[in-house]
Amino acid sequence: MARVCVAGAGVIGSLFAAHLARVADVTALTRREEHAEALRTRGLRVSGRAEFTARLAAATSPDDLETPELVILACKGTDLDAVAAGLAGHWPDATVMTVQNGIGADEVVARHGDWRILAAVTFMSGTRHEDTHVQYVLDTATWIGPARGTSYADAQWVAELIVSSGLKAEAFEDLRPAQWSKLIFNATVNTVAALTGLPHDPHFAALDRPDALGHLVKGLMDEGKAVAAAAGVELGEDPWEMNVLATQRGSAHYPSMLEDVEAHRRTEIDMITGALVREAHRVGVPVPLHETMERLIKAKEDSWS
Amino acid sequence: MVVAVIGCGAVGSLFAANLATLDDVEVWAYDLAQEHVDAINRDGLQLTGAGEVTGRVHATSEAAELPPCDFGIVATKAMHTDAAVAATAHAFSNGCVATVQNGIGNEEVLARHVERVIRGTTFPAGKITAPGVVQWDVKGDTTLGPFEDKPAPFEQVERLADACTRGGMPTEAVRDARGPQWRKVIFNAATNPLGALTGLTHGRVCERPDLRRLASQLVDEGKAVATAQGIVLDSDPEELIDYAARPEVAYDHKASMLQDVEARRQTEVDYLNGGIAGFGRKLGVPTPTHETIWALVKGVEASW
Repeated sequence: MARVCVAGAGVIGSLFAAHLARVADVTALTRREEHAEALRTRGLRVSGRAEFTARLAAATSPDDLETPELVILACKGTDLDAVAAGLAGHWPDATVMTVQNGIGADEVVARHGDWRILAAVTFMSGTRHEDTHVQYVLDTATWIGPARGTSYADAQWVAELIVSSGLKAEAFEDLRPAQWSKLIFNATVNTVAALTGLPHDPHFAALDRPDALGHLVKGLMDEGKAVAAAAGVELGEDPWEMNVLATQRGSAHYPSMLEDVEAHRRTEIDMITGALVREAHRVGVPVPLHETMERLIKAKEDSWS
Repeated sequence: MVVAVIGCGAVGSLFAANLATLDDVEVWAYDLAQEHVDAINRDGLQLTGAGEVTGRVHATSEAAELPPCDFGIVATKAMHTDAAVAATAHAFSNGCVATVQNGIGNEEVLARHVERVIRGTTFPAGKITAPGVVQWDVKGDTTLGPFEDKPAPFEQVERLADACTRGGMPTEAVRDARGPQWRKVIFNAATNPLGALTGLTHGRVCERPDLRRLASQLVDEGKAVATAQGIVLDSDPEELIDYAARPEVAYDHKASMLQDVEARRQTEVDYLNGGIAGFGRKLGVPTPTHETIWALVKGVEASW
């Protein structure tokens, strides 16, 4: 069996760890000892689209875990640098896969070791009820592509492993088109949701009145598309079409940045909108709307600190 | 003289209570909040904070009880103007009616119901802390002038301004009141929604350089829309923003729009950013930042 370590057992990490534990030897690297302890003793329960409890090893230090072939870095973007630093010097032969929102996660990891790196974007979602219980909500896919020292075949191997565990995944020769589509989608939907308090619902696609939110959503996405074009990236899916489709699904999704704001947590604004704005400056494309959103979110974070 | 304040919220109360301190002015207040009305009639209308005043005011929630008035001062939230003025217009058949409300477009609504209209802009601010009690947060000036389409006689504008000034609300009568009004609308539209969207007080909005620049973008778009109409601002809204951010002025003031958002009340964004964006569209002046802010605040309202 393949040996997989999932670093960071939030919603996404828990979904990966529990499912993969059915087809692989899975360990979880957590930040808190009580979390590791709970996982070791009680296992990890999945509800929602699947119902089962997985058994897995867990620890807060890589020294206490078996050497994996694949490491899935599933922590929040805000913790990525610290988590990757914690892995420095460990498991040099492993392949490390990032699944953080935004772009540039693979570069952050690359600074801490010579691992072979895959980059992924995931569209699945869930809700964490406790350390040992995650609800699987949206069964959308994880897209995987080569980043450093890896090939399409490596991406295919991981995608097949994930698919065999009951989750959806797909390998790409070049992840950037998918990554950028999601970046533009996320930078728009997350910030608009976090500032308005609205879940991703039909307001986001409404264009009926001059003050309808769809105009802003479209404007933000158009800026993002202009940046992608100037950066030489041909987008995968059209972010606006992704937006319209997602709002027609019936059950409105609560974007993670909205949850962060409601819980008064720091958001991933630097990794998402921040990454897009930095890229825009690099290629010389004006993004005044995204800059406005970035400033407002950062100021909002300030209001509870 | 008899003055009726229509909408006795924070700003309306500042006018009503201060005017009621004058021996030659009889003050009425029309408001739909019965508890507030009862408290005013029982204990007087009390101001605390920037000024300690208790005014004897005749308050009522029944428009029919208003006597014939020389002046009306409309201070409702902008979205309630039409209903409030329609209900009370009978009291002003021989009088003049001023608006001291936020935003653009209130005079036009008044003019649908009354004959002599005064364009007004006021800076004092406060909040109702209990029925009949208003905390006066910010002192400031008021400007009144005849509304171009249905003007009140200028000497009447001067008469009302004089009474307000004597009562403790410094007020100036001017021939063209559009400049001060657009200065305030731009000021409000550049700062209120930033507080409402972020939860920060005025002072904290201003001390973040990134937000302060965003406020300047909103000011610049607003100035372009004013200029396109031939309006000369009486002073730069930027100065007002920095002045208000001083600790002794309004550093800790939560903008009324933030108060509205926290209480989940409909905001005045349609009359501020929406008003500027609307004039901008008509005049062909781009206002992308106002449109962004407008859509976000409308989104906030839709989330309740």
